[in-house]
Amino acid sequence: MRIKTPLSEEVVRSLKVGDVVHLDGVVYTGRDEVHMRALDMCDKGEKLPVDLNGAAIYHCGPIMRKKDDSWVLVAAGPTTSARMNSLEPRFIEGFGIRAVIGKGGMSQPTIDAMSKFGCVYLAITGGAAVLAAMGVTKVLGVEWLDLGMPEALWILEAGNLGPLIVGIDAHGDSLFKKVEEEVSRNLPFARRRLGIG
Amino acid sequence: MIPPDLVEEVVVNILRTAVTTLPSDVVSELQKAEAEESDEIARTQISTILENVRRAGEIAVPMCQDTGIPLFFVSGGCISEIEDAIKRGVVRATEEVPLRPNVVHPLTRRNAGNNLGIEMPHVNYSPGPRDYVDITVMPKGAGSENMSALRMLVPSEGIRGVKSFVLDTVVSAGSRPCPPTIVGVGIGGSSDIAMTLAKKALLRPLNVRNPHAELQALEEELLAAINQTGIGPMGLGGKTTSLGVRIDMAHCHTASLPVAVNLQCWAARKASARIFLDGRVTYSTEGFW
Repeated sequence: MRIKTPLSEEVVRSLKVGDVVHLDGVVYTGRDEVHMRALDMCDKGEKLPVDLNGAAIYHCGPIMRKKDDSWVLVAAGPTTSARMNSLEPRFIEGFGIRAVIGKGGMSQPTIDAMSKFGCVYLAITGGAAVLAAMGVTKVLGVEWLDLGMPEALWILEAGNLGPLIVGIDAHGDSLFKKVEEEVSRNLPFARRRLGIG
Repeated sequence: MIPPDLVEEVVVNILRTAVTTLPSDVVSELQKAEAEESDEIARTQISTILENVRRAGEIAVPMCQDTGIPLFFVSGGCISEIEDAIKRGVVRATEEVPLRPNVVHPLTRRNAGNNLGIEMPHVNYSPGPRDYVDITVMPKGAGSENMSALRMLVPSEGIRGVKSFVLDTVVSAGSRPCPPTIVGVGIGGSSDIAMTLAKKALLRPLNVRNPHAELQALEEELLAAINQTGIGPMGLGGKTTSLGVRIDMAHCHTASLPVAVNLQCWAARKASARIFLDGRVTYSTEGFW
Protein backbone atom coordinates (compact mmCIF):
# COMPACT_ATOMS: atom_id res chain seq x y z
CA MET A 1 0.00 0.00 0.00
CA ARG A 2 1.27 3.49 -0.92
CA ILE A 3 0.61 6.46 1.36
CA LYS A 4 1.53 10.09 0.78
CA THR A 5 2.29 13.01 3.08
CA PRO A 6 0.67 15.20 4.32
CA LEU A 7 -1.34 12.34 5.80
CA SER A 8 -4.98 12.63 6.73
CA GLU A 9 -6.35 11.25 9.99
CA GLU A 10 -8.62 8.98 7.95
CA VAL A 11 -5.72 7.28 6.12
CA VAL A 12 -3.76 6.91 9.35
CA ARG A 13 -6.74 5.41 11.21
CA SER A 14 -7.21 2.85 8.41
CA LEU A 15 -3.80 1.28 9.09
CA LYS A 16 -3.42 -1.77 11.36
CA VAL A 17 -0.42 -3.25 13.12
CA GLY A 18 1.51 -5.55 10.76
CA ASP A 19 0.40 -3.71 7.56
CA VAL A 20 3.21 -2.97 5.12
CA VAL A 21 3.30 0.46 3.47
CA HIS A 22 5.52 2.54 1.19
CA LEU A 23 5.67 6.29 1.67
CA ASP A 24 5.81 9.21 -0.76
CA GLY A 25 6.03 12.94 -0.11
CA VAL A 26 7.92 15.19 2.27
CA VAL A 27 9.57 13.59 5.32
CA TYR A 28 11.30 15.54 8.11
CA THR A 29 14.18 14.02 10.07
CA GLY A 30 14.11 14.66 13.78
CA ARG A 31 15.85 13.04 16.69
CA ASP A 32 16.74 14.13 20.23
CA GLU A 33 17.84 17.72 19.53
CA VAL A 34 15.08 18.54 17.00
CA HIS A 35 12.46 17.29 19.44
CA MET A 36 13.93 19.33 22.30
CA ARG A 37 14.33 22.55 20.31
CA ALA A 38 10.89 22.31 18.67
CA LEU A 39 9.15 21.67 22.01
CA ASP A 40 11.09 24.50 23.59
CA MET A 41 9.97 26.88 20.81
CA CYS A 42 6.40 25.63 21.19
CA ASP A 43 6.52 26.40 24.93
CA LYS A 44 7.73 29.93 24.15
CA GLY A 45 5.01 30.41 21.54
CA GLU A 46 7.53 30.65 18.69
CA LYS A 47 6.83 29.40 15.17
CA LEU A 48 8.79 26.46 13.69
CA PRO A 49 10.54 26.92 10.32
CA VAL A 50 8.47 24.01 8.90
CA ASP A 51 4.80 23.03 9.03
CA LEU A 52 4.51 19.62 10.65
CA ASN A 53 0.73 19.28 10.33
CA GLY A 54 0.05 15.85 8.82
CA ALA A 55 3.77 15.29 8.51
CA ALA A 56 5.96 12.21 8.84
CA ILE A 57 8.87 12.55 11.25
CA TYR A 58 11.80 10.22 10.61
CA HIS A 59 14.04 9.30 13.57
CA CYS A 60 17.15 9.51 11.45
CA GLY A 61 20.52 11.23 11.45
CA PRO A 62 21.65 10.90 7.85
CA ILE A 63 25.07 11.07 6.25
CA MET A 64 25.01 13.96 3.79
CA ARG A 65 27.65 15.07 1.35
CA LYS A 66 27.79 18.68 0.15
CA LYS A 67 28.12 18.91 -3.61
CA ASP A 68 28.47 22.45 -4.92
CA ASP A 69 25.58 24.22 -3.21
CA SER A 70 23.29 21.28 -2.65
CA TRP A 71 23.21 18.27 -0.36
CA VAL A 72 23.40 14.66 -1.53
CA LEU A 73 22.07 11.91 0.72
CA VAL A 74 24.56 9.07 1.29
CA ALA A 75 22.94 6.91 3.97
CA ALA A 76 19.74 7.32 5.97
CA GLY A 77 18.70 4.43 8.20
CA PRO A 78 16.66 4.90 11.39
CA THR A 79 17.96 5.63 14.87
CA THR A 80 16.62 4.11 18.12
CA SER A 81 13.16 5.63 18.63
CA ALA A 82 13.05 4.84 22.36
CA ARG A 83 15.39 7.79 23.04
CA MET A 84 12.48 10.07 22.10
CA ASN A 85 10.00 8.23 24.40
CA SER A 86 9.68 11.12 26.83
CA LEU A 87 9.32 13.76 24.08
CA GLU A 88 7.12 12.16 21.41
CA PRO A 89 3.67 12.40 23.06
CA ARG A 90 3.97 16.20 23.35
CA PHE A 91 5.40 16.34 19.82
CA ILE A 92 2.41 14.44 18.40
CA GLU A 93 -0.07 16.59 20.28
CA GLY A 94 1.67 19.92 19.72
CA PHE A 95 2.47 19.68 15.99
CA GLY A 96 -0.15 17.31 14.57
CA ILE A 97 2.26 14.84 13.03
CA ARG A 98 0.60 11.72 11.57
CA ALA A 99 3.53 9.28 11.24
CA VAL A 100 6.72 8.51 13.11
CA ILE A 101 9.29 6.44 11.22
CA GLY A 102 11.96 4.70 13.26
CA LYS A 103 13.23 1.46 14.72
CA GLY A 104 12.60 -0.45 17.90
CA GLY A 105 9.16 0.95 18.80
CA MET A 106 8.10 3.39 21.52
CA SER A 107 6.66 3.25 25.01
CA GLN A 108 3.06 3.38 26.29
CA PRO A 109 2.65 7.19 26.52
CA THR A 110 3.46 7.43 22.80
CA ILE A 111 1.14 4.52 21.98
CA ASP A 112 -1.59 6.38 23.88
CA ALA A 113 -0.88 9.69 22.12
CA MET A 114 -0.96 7.95 18.72
CA SER A 115 -4.33 6.49 19.49
CA LYS A 116 -5.72 9.76 20.89
CA PHE A 117 -4.52 12.13 18.15
CA GLY A 118 -4.33 9.77 15.14
CA CYS A 119 -0.73 8.91 14.39
CA VAL A 120 1.14 5.70 13.44
CA TYR A 121 4.61 4.30 14.04
CA LEU A 122 6.26 2.89 10.94
CA ALA A 123 9.19 0.52 11.52
CA ILE A 124 12.05 0.50 9.03
CA THR A 125 14.91 -2.00 9.22
CA GLY A 126 17.65 -0.68 11.50
CA GLY A 127 21.03 -0.21 9.87
CA ALA A 128 19.68 -0.67 6.35
CA ALA A 129 20.80 2.82 5.45
CA VAL A 130 21.60 2.31 1.78
CA LEU A 131 18.19 0.84 0.96
CA ALA A 132 16.51 3.61 2.96
CA ALA A 133 18.48 6.25 1.03
CA MET A 134 17.18 4.70 -2.20
CA GLY A 135 13.68 5.62 -0.97
CA VAL A 136 14.62 9.30 -0.86
CA THR A 137 14.53 11.07 -4.20
CA LYS A 138 15.73 14.51 -3.13
CA VAL A 139 17.08 16.58 -0.27
CA LEU A 140 14.73 19.58 -0.21
CA GLY A 141 16.56 21.52 2.47
CA VAL A 142 17.88 21.67 5.99
CA GLU A 143 17.10 23.69 9.12
CA TRP A 144 19.03 23.95 12.37
CA LEU A 145 22.33 22.75 10.92
CA ASP A 146 23.99 24.28 13.99
CA LEU A 147 22.88 21.09 15.79
CA GLY A 148 25.36 19.13 13.66
CA MET A 149 24.74 16.84 10.69
CA PRO A 150 23.09 13.96 12.58
CA GLU A 151 20.82 16.15 14.72
CA ALA A 152 19.75 18.75 12.13
CA LEU A 153 16.23 18.92 10.69
CA TRP A 154 16.57 17.58 7.15
CA ILE A 155 13.71 17.98 4.71
CA LEU A 156 13.56 14.99 2.38
CA GLU A 157 11.38 13.99 -0.55
CA ALA A 158 10.48 10.31 -0.20
CA GLY A 159 9.71 8.18 -3.23
CA ASN A 160 8.45 4.69 -2.41
CA LEU A 161 10.28 4.70 0.96
CA GLY A 162 9.89 1.25 2.48
CA PRO A 163 8.89 -1.41 3.14
CA LEU A 164 7.64 0.16 6.39
CA ILE A 165 5.85 -2.09 8.86
CA VAL A 166 3.05 -0.52 10.92
CA GLY A 167 4.54 -1.19 14.36
CA ILE A 168 2.07 0.93 16.38
CA ASP A 169 -1.32 1.80 14.94
CA ALA A 170 -3.76 4.57 15.84
CA HIS A 171 -5.95 2.12 17.79
CA GLY A 172 -3.56 1.38 20.67
CA ASP A 173 -2.01 -1.77 19.20
CA SER A 174 1.76 -2.30 19.18
CA LEU A 175 3.65 -5.09 17.44
CA PHE A 176 6.55 -4.49 19.84
CA LYS A 177 4.31 -4.88 22.87
CA LYS A 178 3.07 -8.20 21.49
CA VAL A 179 6.65 -9.39 21.08
CA GLU A 180 7.50 -8.22 24.62
CA GLU A 181 4.59 -10.26 25.98
CA GLU A 182 5.83 -13.29 24.00
CA VAL A 183 9.35 -12.73 25.43
CA SER A 184 7.92 -12.67 28.98
CA ARG A 185 6.25 -16.01 28.30
CA ASN A 186 9.46 -17.50 26.85
CA LEU A 187 11.81 -16.17 29.52
CA PRO A 188 11.15 -18.86 32.17
CA PHE A 189 12.05 -21.53 29.59
CA ALA A 190 15.24 -19.72 28.64
CA ARG A 191 16.17 -19.42 32.32
CA ARG A 192 15.48 -23.11 32.90
CA ARG A 193 17.81 -23.96 29.99
CA LEU A 194 20.56 -22.06 31.81
CA GLY A 195 19.83 -23.82 35.07
CA ILE A 196 18.74 -20.57 36.73
CA GLY A 197 14.97 -21.08 36.51
CA MET B 1 60.49 2.69 11.49
CA ILE B 2 56.97 2.86 10.06
CA PRO B 3 56.32 6.26 8.47
CA PRO B 4 53.35 8.14 10.04
CA ASP B 5 52.03 8.97 6.55
CA LEU B 6 51.64 5.26 5.89
CA VAL B 7 49.71 4.85 9.15
CA GLU B 8 47.40 7.71 8.12
CA GLU B 9 46.76 6.08 4.73
CA VAL B 10 46.10 2.69 6.35
CA VAL B 11 43.64 4.26 8.82
CA VAL B 12 41.62 5.80 5.97
CA ASN B 13 41.62 2.40 4.21
CA ILE B 14 40.48 0.36 7.22
CA LEU B 15 37.79 2.89 8.14
CA ARG B 16 36.46 2.76 4.57
CA THR B 17 36.52 -1.04 4.55
CA ALA B 18 34.94 -1.31 7.99
CA VAL B 19 31.92 0.87 7.24
CA THR B 20 31.26 -0.48 3.73
CA THR B 21 31.96 -4.23 4.20
CA LEU B 22 30.59 -6.67 6.75
CA PRO B 23 33.11 -9.34 7.88
CA SER B 24 32.43 -12.68 6.18
CA ASP B 25 31.80 -14.55 9.45
CA VAL B 26 28.92 -12.16 10.24
CA VAL B 27 27.47 -12.40 6.72
CA SER B 28 27.59 -16.17 6.92
CA GLU B 29 25.71 -16.25 10.26
CA LEU B 30 23.10 -13.84 8.86
CA GLN B 31 22.61 -16.12 5.85
CA LYS B 32 22.11 -19.13 8.14
CA ALA B 33 19.59 -17.12 10.17
CA GLU B 34 17.71 -16.09 7.03
CA ALA B 35 17.29 -19.76 6.11
CA GLU B 36 16.16 -20.72 9.61
CA GLU B 37 13.59 -17.98 10.25
CA SER B 38 10.07 -19.20 9.52
CA ASP B 39 8.31 -15.97 10.55
CA GLU B 40 7.81 -13.73 7.52
CA ILE B 41 8.52 -10.40 9.21
CA ALA B 42 11.71 -11.82 10.78
CA ARG B 43 12.93 -13.27 7.50
CA THR B 44 12.19 -10.00 5.68
CA GLN B 45 14.28 -8.08 8.22
CA ILE B 46 17.29 -10.34 7.63
CA SER B 47 16.86 -10.34 3.84
CA THR B 48 16.72 -6.54 3.93
CA ILE B 49 19.90 -6.45 6.02
CA LEU B 50 21.74 -8.77 3.60
CA GLU B 51 20.52 -6.87 0.54
CA ASN B 52 21.59 -3.60 2.17
CA VAL B 53 25.07 -5.02 2.89
CA ARG B 54 25.40 -6.19 -0.72
CA ARG B 55 24.41 -2.76 -2.11
CA ALA B 56 26.70 -0.92 0.30
CA GLY B 57 29.64 -3.03 -0.89
CA GLU B 58 28.77 -2.54 -4.57
CA ILE B 59 28.66 1.24 -4.43
CA ALA B 60 31.19 1.58 -1.58
CA VAL B 61 29.04 3.64 0.81
CA PRO B 62 28.48 3.08 4.54
CA MET B 63 25.98 0.26 5.16
CA CYS B 64 24.62 2.16 8.20
CA GLN B 65 24.38 5.93 8.60
CA ASP B 66 25.67 5.54 12.16
CA THR B 67 29.33 5.10 11.35
CA GLY B 68 29.98 5.06 15.08
CA ILE B 69 32.74 6.54 17.13
CA PRO B 70 36.29 5.73 16.09
CA LEU B 71 37.65 3.07 18.45
CA PHE B 72 41.11 1.73 17.67
CA PHE B 73 43.04 -1.28 18.96
CA VAL B 74 46.76 -1.11 18.33
CA SER B 75 49.23 -3.88 19.10
CA GLY B 76 52.81 -4.70 18.22
CA GLY B 77 55.70 -2.27 18.19
CA CYS B 78 54.12 1.07 18.91
CA ILE B 79 55.44 4.27 17.44
CA SER B 80 55.16 7.56 19.22
CA GLU B 81 53.52 9.43 16.33
CA ILE B 82 50.79 6.84 15.85
CA GLU B 83 48.05 8.74 17.65
CA ASP B 84 48.49 11.87 15.54
CA ALA B 85 48.56 9.75 12.37
CA ILE B 86 45.31 8.03 13.44
CA LYS B 87 43.68 11.42 14.06
CA ARG B 88 44.65 12.63 10.60
CA GLY B 89 43.30 9.39 9.12
CA VAL B 90 39.97 9.83 10.94
CA VAL B 91 39.57 13.42 9.70
CA ARG B 92 40.34 12.36 6.13
CA ALA B 93 38.00 9.34 6.27
CA THR B 94 35.19 11.52 7.65
CA GLU B 95 35.52 13.67 4.55
CA GLU B 96 36.42 11.06 1.94
CA VAL B 97 34.34 7.94 2.75
CA PRO B 98 32.28 9.87 4.09
CA LEU B 99 31.64 9.04 7.75
CA ARG B 100 28.94 10.79 9.75
CA PRO B 101 30.49 13.30 12.16
CA ASN B 102 29.28 11.71 15.40
CA VAL B 103 31.69 12.99 18.02
CA VAL B 104 30.28 15.74 20.27
CA HIS B 105 31.25 17.38 23.56
CA PRO B 106 29.55 15.31 26.29
CA LEU B 107 27.86 18.30 27.94
CA THR B 108 27.56 21.14 25.43
CA ARG B 109 26.82 18.55 22.66
CA ARG B 110 28.82 20.73 20.25
CA ASN B 111 29.87 18.82 17.12
CA ALA B 112 33.23 19.81 15.60
CA GLY B 113 32.23 18.02 12.41
CA ASN B 114 35.41 15.96 12.00
CA ASN B 115 35.02 13.12 14.53
CA LEU B 116 37.81 14.51 16.73
CA GLY B 117 37.49 15.46 20.36
CA ILE B 118 38.94 14.86 23.80
CA GLU B 119 40.10 11.20 23.83
CA MET B 120 38.53 10.73 20.40
CA PRO B 121 39.56 8.76 18.41
CA HIS B 122 40.18 6.40 21.28
CA VAL B 123 43.23 4.14 21.04
CA ASN B 124 43.75 0.95 23.08
CA TYR B 125 47.38 -0.22 23.12
CA SER B 126 48.81 -3.65 23.75
CA PRO B 127 52.56 -3.92 23.30
CA GLY B 128 53.74 -6.84 21.16
CA PRO B 129 56.45 -7.95 18.72
CA ARG B 130 58.50 -5.06 17.35
CA ASP B 131 58.54 -6.12 13.69
CA TYR B 132 54.98 -4.99 12.88
CA VAL B 133 52.03 -2.91 14.11
CA ASP B 134 48.45 -4.20 14.00
CA ILE B 135 45.72 -1.56 13.81
CA THR B 136 42.07 -2.55 14.16
CA VAL B 137 39.22 -0.11 13.94
CA MET B 138 35.78 -0.84 15.36
CA PRO B 139 33.34 1.94 14.44
CA LYS B 140 30.83 1.38 17.23
CA GLY B 141 27.28 2.65 16.75
CA ALA B 142 25.34 4.14 19.65
CA GLY B 143 22.17 2.06 19.40
CA SER B 144 23.95 -1.03 20.67
CA GLU B 145 26.58 0.78 22.77
CA ASN B 146 23.83 2.54 24.78
CA MET B 147 22.65 -0.87 25.99
CA SER B 148 25.96 -1.64 27.76
CA ALA B 149 25.68 -2.80 31.36
CA LEU B 150 27.95 -3.55 34.29
CA ARG B 151 27.16 -5.46 37.46
CA MET B 152 29.49 -6.00 40.39
CA LEU B 153 28.23 -9.41 41.51
CA VAL B 154 29.15 -10.85 44.87
CA PRO B 155 31.23 -14.03 44.52
CA SER B 156 28.46 -16.21 45.98
CA GLU B 157 26.26 -15.37 42.96
CA GLY B 158 28.85 -17.19 40.81
CA ILE B 159 28.18 -18.49 37.32
CA ARG B 160 24.42 -18.41 37.93
CA GLY B 161 24.63 -14.69 38.58
CA VAL B 162 26.68 -14.19 35.41
CA LYS B 163 24.17 -16.09 33.25
CA SER B 164 21.24 -14.26 34.77
CA PHE B 165 22.81 -10.83 34.26
CA VAL B 166 23.70 -11.49 30.60
CA LEU B 167 20.21 -12.81 29.78
CA ASP B 168 18.47 -9.96 31.63
CA THR B 169 20.62 -7.37 29.86
CA VAL B 170 19.74 -8.77 26.43
CA VAL B 171 16.03 -8.96 27.32
CA SER B 172 15.85 -5.43 28.71
CA ALA B 173 17.72 -4.08 25.65
CA GLY B 174 15.02 -5.73 23.50
CA SER B 175 14.65 -4.14 20.08
CA ARG B 176 16.93 -1.18 20.75
CA PRO B 177 20.44 -2.51 19.90
CA CYS B 178 19.39 -3.54 16.33
CA PRO B 179 19.20 -7.32 16.77
CA PRO B 180 20.39 -9.80 15.70
CA THR B 181 23.22 -8.73 17.98
CA ILE B 182 26.55 -10.15 19.03
CA VAL B 183 26.83 -10.21 22.82
CA GLY B 184 30.24 -9.28 24.25
CA VAL B 185 30.79 -10.34 27.84
CA GLY B 186 33.68 -9.55 30.18
CA ILE B 187 34.01 -11.51 33.40
CA GLY B 188 36.42 -10.61 36.19
CA GLY B 189 39.14 -8.00 36.52
CA SER B 190 37.71 -4.76 37.92
CA SER B 191 34.79 -2.64 36.72
CA ASP B 192 36.77 -0.96 33.93
CA ILE B 193 38.63 -4.14 32.97
CA ALA B 194 35.38 -6.12 32.67
CA MET B 195 33.97 -3.48 30.29
CA THR B 196 37.12 -3.45 28.16
CA LEU B 197 37.09 -7.26 28.03
CA ALA B 198 33.46 -7.22 26.90
CA LYS B 199 34.30 -4.88 24.06
CA LYS B 200 37.50 -6.68 23.05
CA ALA B 201 35.63 -10.01 23.09
CA LEU B 202 33.63 -8.68 20.14
CA LEU B 203 36.78 -8.58 18.04
CA ARG B 204 36.94 -12.41 17.91
CA PRO B 205 35.20 -13.63 14.73
CA LEU B 206 32.11 -15.81 15.07
CA ASN B 207 33.95 -18.80 13.62
CA VAL B 208 36.91 -18.68 16.01
CA ARG B 209 36.44 -20.77 19.14
CA ASN B 210 37.07 -19.47 22.63
CA PRO B 211 40.49 -20.70 23.82
CA HIS B 212 38.95 -21.53 27.22
CA ALA B 213 36.74 -24.64 26.98
CA GLU B 214 34.51 -23.56 29.85
CA LEU B 215 33.87 -20.17 28.24
CA GLN B 216 33.18 -21.81 24.86
CA ALA B 217 30.51 -23.95 26.53
CA LEU B 218 29.06 -20.91 28.31
CA GLU B 219 28.91 -18.95 25.03
CA GLU B 220 26.92 -21.74 23.37
CA GLU B 221 24.58 -22.16 26.31
CA LEU B 222 23.87 -18.42 26.57
CA LEU B 223 23.31 -18.10 22.81
CA ALA B 224 20.71 -20.88 22.85
CA ALA B 225 18.90 -19.28 25.79
CA ILE B 226 18.99 -15.77 24.23
CA ASN B 227 17.55 -17.10 20.98
CA GLN B 228 14.78 -18.81 22.91
CA THR B 229 13.44 -15.42 24.10
CA GLY B 230 11.80 -14.62 20.75
CA ILE B 231 12.94 -10.96 20.58
CA GLY B 232 14.02 -11.64 16.99
CA PRO B 233 15.48 -9.41 14.27
CA MET B 234 14.79 -5.72 15.07
CA GLY B 235 12.72 -6.83 18.06
CA LEU B 236 9.85 -7.75 15.75
CA GLY B 237 9.85 -11.37 16.93
CA GLY B 238 11.65 -14.46 15.63
CA LYS B 239 14.33 -17.04 16.35
CA THR B 240 17.39 -14.88 15.73
CA THR B 241 18.00 -12.45 18.59
CA SER B 242 21.78 -12.93 18.59
CA LEU B 243 24.33 -14.33 16.16
CA GLY B 244 26.88 -15.15 18.83
CA VAL B 245 28.10 -14.64 22.39
CA ARG B 246 31.78 -13.78 22.89
CA ILE B 247 33.27 -13.97 26.39
CA ASP B 248 36.66 -12.89 27.72
CA MET B 249 37.84 -13.10 31.32
CA ALA B 250 40.47 -11.88 33.74
CA HIS B 251 41.37 -12.92 37.25
CA CYS B 252 39.84 -10.67 39.87
CA HIS B 253 39.84 -9.74 43.57
CA THR B 254 38.79 -12.54 45.93
CA ALA B 255 35.86 -10.37 47.06
CA SER B 256 34.69 -9.38 43.52
CA LEU B 257 32.90 -10.82 40.53
CA PRO B 258 32.52 -8.03 37.96
CA VAL B 259 30.54 -8.84 34.82
CA ALA B 260 30.09 -6.51 31.88
CA VAL B 261 27.97 -6.76 28.74
CA ASN B 262 28.71 -4.83 25.56
CA LEU B 263 26.17 -5.37 22.80
CA GLN B 264 27.06 -5.17 19.12
CA CYS B 265 24.39 -4.53 16.47
CA TRP B 266 24.20 -6.79 13.39
CA ALA B 267 26.43 -4.24 11.62
CA ALA B 268 29.46 -5.66 13.43
CA ARG B 269 31.91 -3.55 11.53
CA LYS B 270 35.64 -3.78 11.95
CA ALA B 271 38.75 -3.90 9.84
CA SER B 272 42.40 -4.52 10.57
CA ALA B 273 45.77 -3.89 8.99
CA ARG B 274 49.21 -5.28 9.80
CA ILE B 275 51.96 -2.86 8.87
CA PHE B 276 55.47 -4.34 8.62
CA LEU B 277 58.66 -2.42 9.16
CA ASP B 278 59.50 -2.58 5.45
CA GLY B 279 56.20 -0.84 4.60
CA ARG B 280 54.25 -3.93 3.51
CA VAL B 281 50.59 -3.89 4.64
CA THR B 282 48.19 -6.84 5.00
CA TYR B 283 44.46 -6.10 5.41
CA SER B 284 41.69 -8.22 6.93
CA THR B 285 38.11 -7.66 8.12
CA GLU B 286 38.35 -10.60 10.51
CA GLY B 287 41.60 -9.52 12.18
CA PHE B 288 44.70 -11.70 12.63
CA TRP B 289 43.98 -14.85 14.60
